[in-house]
Amino acid sequence: MSLEDPVNEVPTMEQGRFANIAVTLHEPTAAPVSTDAKIKAHDVSVFYGEKQALIDVGIDIRDKSVTAFIGPSGCGKSTFLRCLNRMNDFIPAARVTGSVEIDGVNIYDPSIDPVQLRARVGMVFQKPNPFPKSIYDNVAYGPRIHGLAKSKADLDEIVITSLEKAGLYKEVKDRLLEAGTGLSGGQQQRLCIARAIAVNPEVILMDEPCSALDPIATARIEELIDELRQNFCIVIVTHSMQQAARVSQRTAFFHLGILVEEGETSQIFTVPRETRTQDYITGRFG
Amino acid sequence: MTIASTSFNPPASATRADVAAALARRRKFAEWRFKAYGMVAIAISLGALAILFTTIVRNGYPAFVQSSIKLDVFFDPAEIDPSGTQKPEDIRNANYPKLAQAALYKLIGLESSDRKVRRDANQMLSQSVDIQLRDMVMKNPALIGTTQPVWVLARDEIDALLKGSISRDTPEDRRKVNDRQIGWADKLVADGRMVKRFNTGLFVNGASSDAETAGLGVALIGSFFMMATVLLLAVPLGVAAAIYLQELAPKNRFTDLIEVNINNLAAVPSIVFGLLGLAVFINFAGLPRSASLVGGLVLTLMTLPTIIIATRAAVAAVPPSIREAALGVGASRVQTIFHHVLPLAMPGILTGTIIGLAKALGETAPLLMIGMVAFVIDYPTSPLDSATALPVQVYMWATEAERGFIERTAAATLVLLGFMVVMNAVAIVLRQRFMRKW
Repeated sequence: MSLEDPVNEVPTMEQGRFANIAVTLHEPTAAPVSTDAKIKAHDVSVFYGEKQALIDVGIDIRDKSVTAFIGPSGCGKSTFLRCLNRMNDFIPAARVTGSVEIDGVNIYDPSIDPVQLRARVGMVFQKPNPFPKSIYDNVAYGPRIHGLAKSKADLDEIVITSLEKAGLYKEVKDRLLEAGTGLSGGQQQRLCIARAIAVNPEVILMDEPCSALDPIATARIEELIDELRQNFCIVIVTHSMQQAARVSQRTAFFHLGILVEEGETSQIFTVPRETRTQDYITGRFG
Repeated sequence: MTIASTSFNPPASATRADVAAALARRRKFAEWRFKAYGMVAIAISLGALAILFTTIVRNGYPAFVQSSIKLDVFFDPAEIDPSGTQKPEDIRNANYPKLAQAALYKLIGLESSDRKVRRDANQMLSQSVDIQLRDMVMKNPALIGTTQPVWVLARDEIDALLKGSISRDTPEDRRKVNDRQIGWADKLVADGRMVKRFNTGLFVNGASSDAETAGLGVALIGSFFMMATVLLLAVPLGVAAAIYLQELAPKNRFTDLIEVNINNLAAVPSIVFGLLGLAVFINFAGLPRSASLVGGLVLTLMTLPTIIIATRAAVAAVPPSIREAALGVGASRVQTIFHHVLPLAMPGILTGTIIGLAKALGETAPLLMIGMVAFVIDYPTSPLDSATALPVQVYMWATEAERGFIERTAAATLVLLGFMVVMNAVAIVLRQRFMRKW
C-alpha cells in the first residue's frame, strides 16, 4: 500500500504530452453537471506516526461529476483519496481526524462498517490489478460476496452490463472464462473499472488510473470516465494536468498536505486565485 | 573493448589504451577465476553426493533380496497333534523346527545321526521357521498329516555366503560357515531349492535379533503415526499462526518479540526438543514412553517454526495490489485472505509444509530422548503403543555387527531416502499445479 511511487511519474508526463490527441478525438458529453455535494470533508488531517501528511482539508465533492486532485508528488492527494473509502485504515501508523460525510453520514463514525462503505465507494488503482482469475470471476467477485445476484442468470447479467459500461464487453465477450491477467494493460484497467462498478457503488475513486498505460489506452479510459460521470460521483487523482483539464469538471490543487485551491476546472486552469496554483500549472515547480 | 578504446581514446594516447587492455585482461582473468571456483565447488559437492549414493546403494541393495529354501515339510501328526483332537495347546507348543529340519535332511541327503553334523544342518535354517510353520498350522489345521512345499528363510550366514559377503577363501576355523555347510548350500542352489527372493520381510517384519527376519514394519508404522500427528497438528497451527501474524496481527513490540522467537526456535537443536518432550509430555503429562504420539508431538513443535516461516514468506510474497483490489470492492480482510491471498500463497505453503514434514521424517535425535530406540516386535495399533521410527531403525541397525544388519542399515537408509525423494517430488508437483500467474 505505497502512497506515491515516484517511478511511475515518468510515463505520466509522457502521456500528458501525447494524450492531447484524445481531446480532439472525443467531445465531452453534455450531461448536466450536478451541483449537489455528495461528499463533504471537514478538517481532515492524516498523521503517519508523528508526521502530518494532510492538514485540515475541507472540500465538497459533487455528485455525478468528475473531481480531479492534482499536485506534486507527496502533496497528500492520494492520502486524501484513500480517506474517502477508509483505505488508510490498513496502514497501521496512519491516524485520521476530522470528518468525511457521504450523503450526510460521517464515514468515520464508529457505527459505520468500513467493509460496507467500500462497497459503496469503489476504487480503481494506479496499476491494473485484476485477480488472477477469469475475466468473468473478476467482475463477479464483488457481486458474489455482497450477495447482489440471486441466480446465475442475475450474475451473468451484472457481469455483462458492468463490462459493457466499462467498454470492454465487445473485446472480451468470447473469452470471458480466460484469465483476466492475459489482457493488455488498458483492457486490464477497464476490467478493474468493470469490477468496481459491478457492486453498484455511488462513488468511484481513481488513483492515477492511467499512469501505467500507453496514450491510446489512456484516451479510452478518459472517454470511459466521462461516460461514467452520468451515473457516479468520480474522484480522480492524476499527475497529468492535461488529463485533469480533459476529464474533470472540478479540480482541487494540493500542495504540502494542504488543499490550496478548489474550483471549476476551467477556472483553476485559466484564472487560478492562488499564486502557488499558477506556478504549478504553468510548470514553475512540481 | 577495442572499439571502446579506439573511439574514446585518440591514437596519441597509446599508453592509455595499453592500461585499458591490461585492466581488461586482469578483469577477464578474475571473472574466469570466479567461475572456476564455482564449478569446482559444484563438482566437489556432486562428487560427494555420488560417492554417498553409490556406497549406500551398493551396501543396501542386497538386503532387498533374501535367500530362501524350498522345503517339502511333512506336518507330522505325531509331532503336532499327538492326541488327534487338534488341541490348540498342542498345536501351539509343537516342535516345528524339527519338522523343517527333517525336510532339510531329506533334501541334502543327510542320514548321519551325528549330533554335530545335524547341528550344522539345523543352523542353515532361520529361527523364524518355528513361528512360520506354527502360524500356517494354526490358521489351517487341515495341513496336519499333509506334505506342503514351504519357502523358509535361510540363516543370515548362509545368506551372506550366497551374496558373497562371506569369502570361501577364508580358513574354515575363522569362517562363520563351515565347509560342510558350504557343500550343502551349493547343492541346494544347484537343485534350485535355494534362491534369493524379494525380501518382503524387510518392509513387514518388526524388530528381531536375527538379521534375516529383522524388518522395518514397526518403524514404518511408527513413522506413519508421527507424520499423521505432525500433519494434523503442525500444519493447521502453523498456517493459522503465520496468517494471523502476517495479515492480521498489529505490528508492535509484542508481535516483533514473537517473530524473533519463532525465527530462533527454528534454529534450536532438535535434541533440545527431545528433552522438552521428555520433560513435558512424558514426565509431566504422563504420556507413555516410546509412543509415536509423543514423537509426533515433539516433531510438531520442531516443525512448527519451519511451517510458520515458510507460510509467512509465501503470504508476504502475494502482491499487495491483490489485497487492495479485494478490499477495494468491499471484501473484508478475512475474505481477502481466504479468497485471494491463500490461494496465491498455496504453492509456497505446500512446499514449506512438505519440506518441514520431510525434515521431521528424518529427525532422529529428539526421538532418542523420548525412548523410541526400542526393540518393538509387535505392530503398534495406535499412536499410544511403543514404536520406532525409520531413522531410529537405521541408527539401531547401524550398531549391530552382523553382515545382514550392515546391509539392512543401508537398505533402511535407501527406504528413508526414497520417502524423502517422493515427498520432495510431491512438493514440486503441487507447486506446479497451484502456481498461478498474476
